[in-house]
Amino acid sequence: MDRNQSRRQIAAMKQSLFDQGYLDEQFIQLEELQDDANPNFVEEIVTLYYRDSSRLISNIEQAIREKNPLDFNKLDNIMHQFKGSSSSIGAKKVKAESTLFREYCRAGNGEGCIKSFQQLKKEHALLRKKLEAYFQMARQAGPLETACGPK
Amino acid sequence: MTTAGDVFRLNLPQVLEESPSGSPELHVLAVDDSHVDRKVIERLLKISSCKVTVVDSGTRALQYLGLDGEKNSIGFDSVKVNLIMTDYSMPGMTGYELLKKIKQESSIFREIPVVIMSSENILTRIDRCLEEGAEEFLLKPVKLSDVKRVTDFIMKGERKEREKKSHKRRRSDDYSSSPIASPLLKSHPCDSSSPSALSLKKSKL
Repeated sequence: MDRNQSRRQIAAMKQSLFDQGYLDEQFIQLEELQDDANPNFVEEIVTLYYRDSSRLISNIEQAIREKNPLDFNKLDNIMHQFKGSSSSIGAKKVKAESTLFREYCRAGNGEGCIKSFQQLKKEHALLRKKLEAYFQMARQAGPLETACGPK
Repeated sequence: MTTAGDVFRLNLPQVLEESPSGSPELHVLAVDDSHVDRKVIERLLKISSCKVTVVDSGTRALQYLGLDGEKNSIGFDSVKVNLIMTDYSMPGMTGYELLKKIKQESSIFREIPVVIMSSENILTRIDRCLEEGAEEFLLKPVKLSDVKRVTDFIMKGERKEREKKSHKRRRSDDYSSSPIASPLLKSHPCDSSSPSALSLKKSKL
């Protein structure tokens, strides 16, 4: 595959991540902070995010397992942190699920919490796969221009 | 507005340091418990040509500034910080509590501008922070344009201070009385319209 072809593929991949709502404007903001001296900034941030957010997910899982009834306040606090960093990397769907989870917490709706948590974990894992594929392709092809952002 | 205190503002924590290239740069202390957000704000500030120190809590911020009550040398050889940018929601000491502690200082440290960052757009929270003396309230995720705007504003303020000081030193031979009385400062070009802190604060509302 020649260079231009792989660059077009990467641009298309990124565009679809935006079109399908996985990423929002914040991701582009982060890309604009990259330069020759910091070419992998976004990947570094995303790696950091997955390390921290996975730990928070474990904390929530533990809190759900251990406590009956659920400690909604504690769950909400953990999710607040989770939502914050998800927002910082532009993880749109994950952020939306965190908001839903927090709403269930505030309503004291345990079943809703657990359901939305399952969905959140799915989105979190799916985005990770997609971004890993994206970064791998980007690394192989070298630097490219940013795609159009969401409308 | 000049006060008698101004004549003593020589070796402040806010004095601008010089970058290796010789141009003055702001030293910003960023406070956030989120590792991701710390990395991002650090990058935003570096791109905005600032020297950055990042800490993960209000307690560490106070330690860094030498305000934690520990036996510390304060004054001329203390750390020089021109701006503090802090997250609002942090475990332990919140950004609001950090803001209060700094503004309640009887020392020159209370002059350091503090900017609060928060992911939650709560009007009462914003009001409370501004009332307590926050320079500005930024919504997260913070953008490069936000950081540039804030640092530009602070930099302008620092330049004005430096120009005022050098002006005062030149005139000090002519005026043996208190600098408050100096009529020249009123018509000094540096005192002409600049974005007031109030209009800057209100821009987020």
